[in-house]
Amino acid sequence: MPDPINTSTQWRPTAPHEVLIKRARLLAQVREFFALRRVLEVDLPVLGERTVSDPHLDSLSIEGSGQYLQTSPEYFMKRLLAAGCGPIYALAKAFRANDIGRQHNPEFTLLEWYRPGWNEGQLMAELAELLLSVGCTPKAAAHRVTYRDIFLATVNIDPHQASLTQLTQLASEIAQRNMSGESRATCLDLIFSFEIEARLPPGIVFVHDYPESLCALAQLGVDTQGVTVARRFEVFLDRTELANGYFELLDADEQRRRFSEDNRQRKALGKAEIAVDEKLLAALDAGLPSCAGVALGIDRLLMHLVGAQHIDEVIAFTR
Amino acid sequence: MANYSTNEFRSGLKVMLDGDPCSIIENEFVKPGKGQAFSRVRLKNLKTGRVWDRTFKSGESLEGADVSEQNMQYLYNDGEYWHFMEPETFEQHQADKTAVGDTALWLREQDTCVVTLYNGSPLAVAAANHVDLEITQTDPGLKGDTAQGGTKPATLSTGAVIKVPLFLNEGELVSVDTRTGEYLNRAKK
Repeated sequence: MPDPINTSTQWRPTAPHEVLIKRARLLAQVREFFALRRVLEVDLPVLGERTVSDPHLDSLSIEGSGQYLQTSPEYFMKRLLAAGCGPIYALAKAFRANDIGRQHNPEFTLLEWYRPGWNEGQLMAELAELLLSVGCTPKAAAHRVTYRDIFLATVNIDPHQASLTQLTQLASEIAQRNMSGESRATCLDLIFSFEIEARLPPGIVFVHDYPESLCALAQLGVDTQGVTVARRFEVFLDRTELANGYFELLDADEQRRRFSEDNRQRKALGKAEIAVDEKLLAALDAGLPSCAGVALGIDRLLMHLVGAQHIDEVIAFTR
Repeated sequence: MANYSTNEFRSGLKVMLDGDPCSIIENEFVKPGKGQAFSRVRLKNLKTGRVWDRTFKSGESLEGADVSEQNMQYLYNDGEYWHFMEPETFEQHQADKTAVGDTALWLREQDTCVVTLYNGSPLAVAAANHVDLEITQTDPGLKGDTAQGGTKPATLSTGAVIKVPLFLNEGELVSVDTRTGEYLNRAKK
């Protein structure tokens, strides 16, 4: 039996009216920020015949149509970049099945932008400017820290050099269960999510130079210590993860190799394999300009701006 | 029993963990910008009452526990077991000391209480939040004490000892909050 009081108020928005006003203002501020910088807004399909193969992302598929709701506009944007569109941004809905929690809703608003000719350092600087321009009041000045340094400072482990045994031991302590048999990537994600994130310094913190095992779609590089790292960064605003960016991978062969590795992992996890997006690979073959790109969760940024504790408080209607 | 995946974890869901039935208290979804998502789960072990924090990878699953809660009438204690009856089917269940625990202090024959069944056997017993019990022993109250705030110990018919106001006497009925063991008010017979 449904709770009668609940039923009678279920039609109401989950977000207060003041927050919806703030949301409208934030979207306008973002568009103004990019208009002034001559970055072109692109309006892209949310339905696509292909989707990401990332083993940790689940796409929603439209039954009978063979199409997927996109988890981000990334592949369409890269095809535009290869076609020579110049700097672009997209501000639109994205969909990730099963991502449900205090900071996650399966349908959410994503801001993604690409800067041809830039590296990830330049993009981090622009991201910090964007955050300040929309009214973020971080508790400290923006600063950058490598993935290695934040690990050393917090858990006293070098994430690049530590043995898998060391990583599984620490992960097991944190998870309160035996994590042996898990991959480096899983252990690192667990240690970062539960031990490090909550102990980051306040303010805008960029974590960069990720381990190779967490490269996703970032190019590999060599850091000052001669270690191969992924040129990927994440930004945290007062300890909440807001955005993930890359110095983008350009090499079609390497991209193809990463797609098959994704599918190998999907298979091991019992998930359906995802057909490779050949049009994206063809675009990379034709030549993606050297560029940096980043995707930022608008709902989470709005949570920070209005001091919301749950994502439902900033979305007009949730489940 | 069915298996439940992390995205089905809800507070109140009963699952098996390390061979014991547990109730999920809360489930927090945590995911880095890219990469493995996790569920940090707080569970109460229904056998021991201990609270556990465990972290699962998203998509992992736990077996459901055959646990249900039923209103039952408390019948009697035979010295070793406490006997309860389902009011509609008249089916009887016996619970041992581990299952009854401190709730024994609040069980009055004929009263309805909540029995948690695990695989058909009583795992835990909870009394109603408020019960009325008779004072069987207390020091005599003093005349004129009614307005003062003092308390004295009183033994109730179930053996529980609680603090009651000075004006109450043996044979009187008092209402008690079973969650805190505190006196609420004088009850009518």
